[in-house]
Order: sequence, then structure tokens, then C-alpha cells
Amino acid sequence: MNIGIVVFPGSNCDADTYHAVRDVLGYHGQYVWHEERSLAGLDAVILPGGFSYGDYLRAGAIATTSPAVRALKPYVTGGGLVLGICNGFQTLLEAGLLPGAMQPNLSGQFRCEFVHLRTERADTPFTCGLKPGDVLRIPIAHAEGRYLIEPAARPALAAHRQVVFRYCSAHGAVTPAVNPNGSEDAIAGVASPSGAVLGLMPHPERASDELVGGTDGARIFSSLAMWITTGRRPSMQPVEVH
Amino acid sequence: MVARPRIEEPAPAPAVRAPGAGLRPSERDEIRRRLGRDPTPAELGMFDVMWSEHCAYKHSRAVLKRLPARGPGLLRGPGENAGAVSVGAGWAAVFKMESHNHPSAVAPYHGAATGVGGIIRDILAMGARPIALLDSLRFGPPDDPGVARTMHGVVSGIAGYGNSIGVPTVGGELACAPCYRRSPLVNVACLGLVREDRIATSRAAGPGNAVLYLGARTGRDGMHGAAFASAGLAGDAADRSAVQMGDPFAGKLLIEATLEALMTGAVVALQDLGAAGLTCALSEMAARGGVGMEVDLRIVPRREDGMTPEEVLLSESQERMLLVVQAGRHAEICKIAGRWGLAAAVIGTVTADPLLLIRDGDHVVARLDPRHLTDAPAYAPDAVEPAYLAALRGFDPASLAPVAAADALIALLRSPGVASKRWVYRQYDHMIQTNTVLPPGADAAVLRIREAAPRGVALTVDGNSRYCYLDPYVGGILAVLEAAQNLACVGAAPAAVTDCLNFASPERPEVFWTFRRAVEGIAHGCEALDVPVVGGNVSFYNEAGEGIYPTPVVAMLGRLDDVRRHAGAGWTRDGDLVVLVGCECGRLDGSEYLATVHGITAGRLREPDVPAAARAIRCVREAVAGGVVSSAHDCSEGGIAVALAECSVAGGLGARVVLDAAGERRPDEILFGEQIGRIVVSLRPDALSALGELARRFAVPLKVIGSVGGGRLIIDADVAPSRAGTAAPGSAGRWLDVDLSTLAAASETEGRLS
Repeated sequence: MNIGIVVFPGSNCDADTYHAVRDVLGYHGQYVWHEERSLAGLDAVILPGGFSYGDYLRAGAIATTSPAVRALKPYVTGGGLVLGICNGFQTLLEAGLLPGAMQPNLSGQFRCEFVHLRTERADTPFTCGLKPGDVLRIPIAHAEGRYLIEPAARPALAAHRQVVFRYCSAHGAVTPAVNPNGSEDAIAGVASPSGAVLGLMPHPERASDELVGGTDGARIFSSLAMWITTGRRPSMQPVEVH
Repeated sequence: MVARPRIEEPAPAPAVRAPGAGLRPSERDEIRRRLGRDPTPAELGMFDVMWSEHCAYKHSRAVLKRLPARGPGLLRGPGENAGAVSVGAGWAAVFKMESHNHPSAVAPYHGAATGVGGIIRDILAMGARPIALLDSLRFGPPDDPGVARTMHGVVSGIAGYGNSIGVPTVGGELACAPCYRRSPLVNVACLGLVREDRIATSRAAGPGNAVLYLGARTGRDGMHGAAFASAGLAGDAADRSAVQMGDPFAGKLLIEATLEALMTGAVVALQDLGAAGLTCALSEMAARGGVGMEVDLRIVPRREDGMTPEEVLLSESQERMLLVVQAGRHAEICKIAGRWGLAAAVIGTVTADPLLLIRDGDHVVARLDPRHLTDAPAYAPDAVEPAYLAALRGFDPASLAPVAAADALIALLRSPGVASKRWVYRQYDHMIQTNTVLPPGADAAVLRIREAAPRGVALTVDGNSRYCYLDPYVGGILAVLEAAQNLACVGAAPAAVTDCLNFASPERPEVFWTFRRAVEGIAHGCEALDVPVVGGNVSFYNEAGEGIYPTPVVAMLGRLDDVRRHAGAGWTRDGDLVVLVGCECGRLDGSEYLATVHGITAGRLREPDVPAAARAIRCVREAVAGGVVSSAHDCSEGGIAVALAECSVAGGLGARVVLDAAGERRPDEILFGEQIGRIVVSLRPDALSALGELARRFAVPLKVIGSVGGGRLIIDADVAPSRAGTAAPGSAGRWLDVDLSTLAAASETEGRLS
């Protein structure tokens, strides 16, 4: 198993993600410099959190012009798995690999705090070790995490069961009071229809060690490892529309 | 994530300031004497900034010698860019605190942001990776719209820079008083980690070695910033031109590029370009190394056309470093810079003779011994005890009107200095780098040191300026003891101190007296704890309008042998005993209660029993590190009542407590009086004997005062029968009965300050 962690100028959660993947969970990880043109040979690619290129424009916007992000499309077409965390999620949206867009938090401020996530879908490579309804306690750290999607695209999002995580209470209730940024429908994580590409605002790498933040985030990485080592492939099963 | 200034501030304009404007006539004479001729315009500008109070510590140098600079584990003391102490397993903690008060007063966002960037580069200059930030902030009353704007600008600036550069802001303090209305204080401390054998130096060496510029390009921002910080604010547009603009993205690239450059082994010395820019770095690096440098300003990478040589020499553009690189190896460093998208250029060479030769192409603009610049004249200002002190010492608590205890407690919990700072720290990324074991809100921040596991470090910043106003000597002692007490509560032993000494003009004898006394107090406290002061910073002239209170702020670093053995402030378990370690008596003089509830800042501070406080601190640290107690929290502002309320709110559990009310002591004194060396711990009943053992060993008083449980904080008076009904303002024997949600709501500032 070989997990690539892309390093952009301004990435600042790359080392934390690398540490969680390699030192805490014992998987093989490697850094991928943003100028890499090929992602061949990697079982999964993680776009870590941070402020790629300073994010003085829209978050993640400039990162989409990097060779590594350009290489993501063919990589995914070829069966690759991609996890975008925070700034990585923003980049996946900007690159059009996931639907929707990010706006500044409704509070107008950066927010760094623990939130709870309800697992909405457990058949993706990143959630296969979870059950639908499982609640994870994982921190957020962002100023621009208000997920929005245009009305016309909402039916497809539902039809393809693309919402993987929602902000919820400790007991799994989705209410406005526990939505930290004003995201539409309390959406915290979105996947491609097949589940091969997942973006989420919270930082699982910050909840992968009992001493600092608990281990709920590690369940996302261990799901990924289980998926890869058992040789599963993302399915394009017909989906039910709820 | 996005870093974006939310508070719009005009960009700095080019400075209009005559070179040498800050120099005294006697200093101009001294310059002519040292040079044996008139200085060139560029030289005059260099002396102007290097001999400013900010760079030269002209008024403070002699007094600062009083601070102890020795202690166990000390690796680097004052004189380098930051101090360093061993944290074990071959790793060193590097730390320092600096003020950015003047810039933050004029442009709160950029002033605070560049304060963060500047202290991070000081740590980087020691070869260390910056791993944590803390802030000590002072503002005027937040109900003043101007103050609120400044406060939110500063918090946003710290967030905007720190979050983006990827260094967690793990703790700090915030207090408000009218004297800071137009003179806010922004003190930022940074901690870095480096292997002991890789600590870098700023001593230039090796004639023929390259002088290499690395980082962002040079512009006109921050001109004369050092001189600007060395005088009172004029309040005009010229002040704004002295404020630098920060770019945390470039700062992040600079961290990575610098650490990578150091890994090559080709870097002989380095220093950041901070106050006084190239002038300071060139002269300090050369002077410290006893060598010279020959530099061509034409080669300095710029982002603006038409800059004069003087402007290039004095610019305080951010995110720049100066490196001395082994001859012939500069290409390796330039390649690293290129990979990180930073400018790099060899602007000169090291020379054997102690001569700084600065050219602009073929034209020599400065030619002088660098030590002339770094060895500024020192002054011994007059010191006179301020007259106000005698009047304030005459305060008599008997004159106070009675206040219901519950009302006073709620008022204290609501005051900006005591209330929860969640509205501040949730805007800061305090988790990045995933080492934060105890986050902001704790008595001290605790970080694990992965490289030296299971060890950890703790950090706290403390300073009670009200105490220092009433007695700067006692206030100085208390700042040190309070910091050590906070470390003890999380299980850490004190290892080193760095300080920021914020005062009004040292040229006023009353101010200088308070400065000297505060330093003496800090020295006394540090000597009693055997903790070295490894560096620090003095900020004078904080007096837009009225002068500020004497405000020394102490940052203390602590060590934990096993970071898993730490404690928080909150109750953890129903049925645990609540125990007060240390003496029971507090005093109202200079207390938060007097200031917040009665609007009075007065009283006579007693010199604390330092050995007794130190023993209580040791006892609690051993109890926490030994796993004897479940929680620990010191009684500071607001006394034991506020401490108990904070333990309850943090733990989400109530408590029932009985306090001794025998004798003639006032109820408000018992509840809200303040005294160093008093710590509230909770523990399982079966651990009490182990705690008792420790208390006997350290000869510290111990008293079981109650137990954890329920959803209310109840404090009863243990009154002698003859006084029942008179001791408490409320019902007989019951001083307080408040439910947890009321306490939490009072402490929560959401919607009030946020």
C-alpha cells in the first residue's frame, strides 16, 4: 500500500497527515511534490489541509493549476482513490472533481474546534469500516467551509448518495445549532458518485492519536487501508433515490 | 482555509522622516567622535535605527543585567536571537517573546500579524522549527467601540498569520483596563524545537564566505519601524508608514526553505531581518562574529523600483533572512530557495577586518566598524517612586459596600479578563502539528514532544498589571510565581523564562522606577525558583494619552517527564474530594473583585512568602505528575470562588464546598481575596493519603473543603455559632448556590465580546 500526500507551497497539514498515516497507523506514505505530473503507482492520494499558494484568491483556486492536481483526473479515471481534507476539499471543488462550492463561514471567522460528524454513507473506500449513523468526533479548522450547491445540482447529489458526512450533535442529531459554518444541509463531506473521491472539511489526521484529539479520525484512514488491502474497487452500483 | 484581513486598513505609504531624527545632539557628537568624521546620510540613518531604544535597549540594558541568566539545562542565554533549554533526549526548546505594541495600536491587523511573523523568524534563526505561539494581550474597556475595533483587529491579525503559517496558537491571556485604551499591548511568544547539536548561531564567520539574502523581496514598508517603536505615538499618517505588511504564505515558505538550507550544513550563521532590517542583521552578525562584511545593495531583491540605498538598508519588509554560507556552496541554497519560490541572492562576502563596507554599485554608502552601530550609548535614567503609590496603599476594605456573593461571582465571571477566552482561541488554529495535549483554556498549554517521547513541555504567559501598578516589585515576583503555579497545575516543572517588559516613557523618573522595581521582582522570583531568564524584550513609550500600567509579562516554559501525566482544571468525577493546597487566606488589595465589582484599584500588596509559595507549587506539580489528583487549578483573579466556578464549568460538574469563616475576616475577602500559592485540586477519596504525604514532605497546608457532584456550585460558610447569620450577606451560613448553566453563561462571551 502506498499513499501519496501532495505538498503544495502553503500546505501546512501535510506533515500531520503523513504522521497519522505512517507513524500512528503504520501504513506506507510518501510526499508528492505539487509539480509531479504523474500519480501512477499510488494506491490513494491525499490532498492535505493548509493554505495552498497562500489562498489569497479563493481557497484552493490556484492549486488547481498545479501539475499534481491536473494529474488527478486521469488518476481517478484509472481507478485511483482521492481524499481531500479541508484545503484539499476546497481544491477538489475548484478542480471540478466534486460538485458544489465553498463560501466563508457564516460567522465570518476562522473556526478551530471539535465537531461531530454523522456517517451518511459507509460503502466508500474511506468509510467502509464505519456504519451509517456512526458519529465521529473530529476537529475543524477553517475560515471558508460553508458548503453550498446550486439548486439544479441537488437532485443529482441526493440521487448518487454523495453526502458522506453531516455535522451533527454528539448523539447524531442534525440541527442548525451544531452546524459550525452554515453549510447547506449540514454537509461536511461529499464524495464522487462512485465514492472514489471524498472531500471533507474536518481533519481526521488531528483525531488519530489518543493523546491528542482521540482516534475517531483514524477510522477514516483505516477504512481506506482495509479497502486497499482487500482489493475492493469502488462500485458504480445503481443507486436508490430517497 | 483562507487568510484574509477582515479589517480593512490602508496600506503603508512611503515614510517621510529625516535621517537621524531620533538621535540626541550628544549622540550625534558621539557618532562623529567614533567615526572621526561626519557620517554619510546612509550611516546617519543606520545609527538612527540601531541606536533607537527598540534596538539598543539604551535605557534598560543596565537594569536587565539583574535578571538571572543561569540555570539547569540552559543551552543558550540572552544575546542570541532566542534562548534555548534542553528538554531531554538531545532536543532543545527555543523560545522568546516580543512586543508589537506600537504597530498594533496604529494598524491592529497588520501590526499583530507581523508581530507573529517576527517572533517566528527569531525562533527560526536559531535553527528551530516553530511549534507553538502564545499571546498576551491588553486592551482598553471593550465597550468602547474604538477598543473593540482594535481588539478584533488584533485577534484577526494573529489568526490570519498564525493559522496560515501553520504554527498553533496554544494559549495566552487577555486583560482590559482603561490605561490601554489607546496603547494596546500585543506580546507574542514562540516556541521552537531543534536538536541540541544543531542550534544555529548569528555569529558571522569565515572571511570569503557568502552573505546571502533569502526570502521575500524588499519594499518600502515598515520604514523606521524601530525608531517609531521608540517614541510615543504621534497619531498621524506617518505612524502608519512604519507598520509592516505580513505575508504568512511567504513566511511558511521561508520556514521550510530555511530549515532545508540548514540541513545542507553549508549555513555558517543566520539572522532574521526584523527591526532595522538589513542594517541590524548586517551589523549584529558581523559584530557578534568579530568580522566585517562587504555588501552591494544593488543586488538586494526588490519589489519596488527607485528605492534609495537608505531605503534598502532600513526597510522592514517581512519574511526575509540573512545567511552566511560557506564559500562556494551558495548555489545549493539558491536552489532550495527556487524550489520554494523565494528570492535568494549573494549580496556580499564576509571579510576579516571588522569593517562594514556597504556599496550601491560602485558608490560606497557606508563604511564603518559594525560595533559602532551595535554598541549604543547606555543611559542610567533617574528613578523616583511615584507619588500615587502612597495614596493607594491607604485603602481600607472596611469602606466597601456589601455585595451579594452570587452577584459578585457572576460579575467577575463576566469580566473580560476572567471570562472564557473561547471567543478568541477558537479563531486560532491551536491543533495544527498535532502536538497540543492541553489546548487553550487550560492553566498552561501542554505539548507533547514526539521526538523525545514521552516527554512534553508546557507554556504559560502571565502578568497582572494591576499588581504592578500598586507595587511593581511584588507584581514582578507574582508574575513569575503565577506562571510557575500554572505550570504546576498541568504537571510541569519550570525550565526557563522569557519576558516582555511593557512600560511608558523611561525618561520619566516615576516610570523608570517602576521598570527597575519590576525587573528586580522578576529576578527575585526566578532566583527563588532557580529558573533562568533566557531572553526577552523591552517596550517603552507605551503612552498615547495616559501612560500604561507597568506591565511586565512573563512567559514560562516547563518540562514534563511524561506528558501523559498531566491534569486539566475541570472536575472529572462525581464524588471526588475538593482540596485546597496552600494557605486559606486571600486579600482584597489589588484584587479583580475590587476592580470589577467596586471599581477600585488600590491597596497595599504584601510581599509574598516566596519559599512557601514555591513549596505549594512543587507539591501540586508532584501530585499531578504522580497521578495523585484528577484536576488542578490555581486561585488567581477572583480568588477561590472564581477558581471553584471555573473548575465546575470546565468539568461540567458542580461541587459543594465549605470555607472557614471563623475570625473577623470578611466574606468577600474569603471568597474573592487573592494570594499566590493557593491551588484547588480534586481527587479520589482513596488518594487523599498520598496527597497528604506530599503535603507533609513539602510542609504545605492542605484542607479538604468539599466534594464534586451535582449541577450546582454551593459554597457554605463554616461559621462559629456566635456569628451565624452575620457572616454571609445572604442566608445564614450559605454564601453561594448557583447552578452550572448560570455560571457557564456568565463566563461565555459569545455575543458579548465575539
